Amino acid sequence: MSKITIDDLAKIREQTRRQTTLRQGAGRVKMTVHMGTCGIAAGARDIMTAVLKEVETRGLHDVIVTNSGCAGLCSQEPMLTVETVDEPAPVKYVLITQEKVKKIIDSHVLQGNVVKEFALAVGSERTR
Amino acid sequence: MEDLSLHILDIAENSINAGATNIEITIDEDSKQDVLKLEIADNGSGMDATSVEKALDPFYTTRTTRRVGLGLPFLDEAARAANGRLEIDSHLGVGTKVIATFQLSHIDRKPIGNMADTITTLIAGRPEVDITYRHGRDGHTVSLSTKEIRRQVDGVSLNSAETLSFIRQYLEQEEHSLEQHG
Repeated sequence: MSKITIDDLAKIREQTRRQTTLRQGAGRVKMTVHMGTCGIAAGARDIMTAVLKEVETRGLHDVIVTNSGCAGLCSQEPMLTVETVDEPAPVKYVLITQEKVKKIIDSHVLQGNVVKEFALAVGSERTR
Repeated sequence: MEDLSLHILDIAENSINAGATNIEITIDEDSKQDVLKLEIADNGSGMDATSVEKALDPFYTTRTTRRVGLGLPFLDEAARAANGRLEIDSHLGVGTKVIATFQLSHIDRKPIGNMADTITTLIAGRPEVDITYRHGRDGHTVSLSTKEIRRQVDGVSLNSAETLSFIRQYLEQEEHSLEQHG
């Protein structure tokens, strides 16, 4: 492979511009990796890398990837939150692995089916 | 934390949470002096003298989601384990500079780790923040500036998967060639 330089970025600029403009509008899905001290120590950076690679190789131009801090559930890290425009509430996935990332993208991000077994909880308390 | 690149990510996340719009990350390896120096400088909200004093206390944190703050104490411990030390230079309203030194050849000095992943992760999380990265090793240097990248991509957001992938590959290549000079 020949050596790449920063100038090579200009080559991917045009092809990216069209797709990215779409992304800068409201994306369809937002994936947030929790990147607090607890998350980082539990492997959150590798999860971020895995999410970015999946989004890139599958060409998911309507998915926004970002990170946030500690949510106070340090023992459940690494954590990943998925929000889609047509769902009422964000879904928090816990104890994330690279395998789980693939499954969450296949099922939740692409088909809208929450992967319940990886989620923190389903529903919330009911009061009478 | 397994390596220094994870500590750097963690401390830079502090900068982002302190509202920084500019973060400068520097790694300097000097085998003649047998010193490795890390510096993370930001223009975030900064801390007053009392907060700086408490910053290395694990049971001090400004967050409300949990009652411990371990980022800086972890880095302090890593530096001291390798015959080094941690310094915090911070001024309220100006910014914070965290400097960690290590004995380069110390058996307990953590490896630098994957800086390409750390920088890419930082940019993915906050593409609007200016990040300057420089890694020097006995006269050879790797450097990257998001300002320069932004000029190159001319209006395209830095957090497109293609741009981030380019940045990762570029840094992996540059870090690899820096290693060859070792």
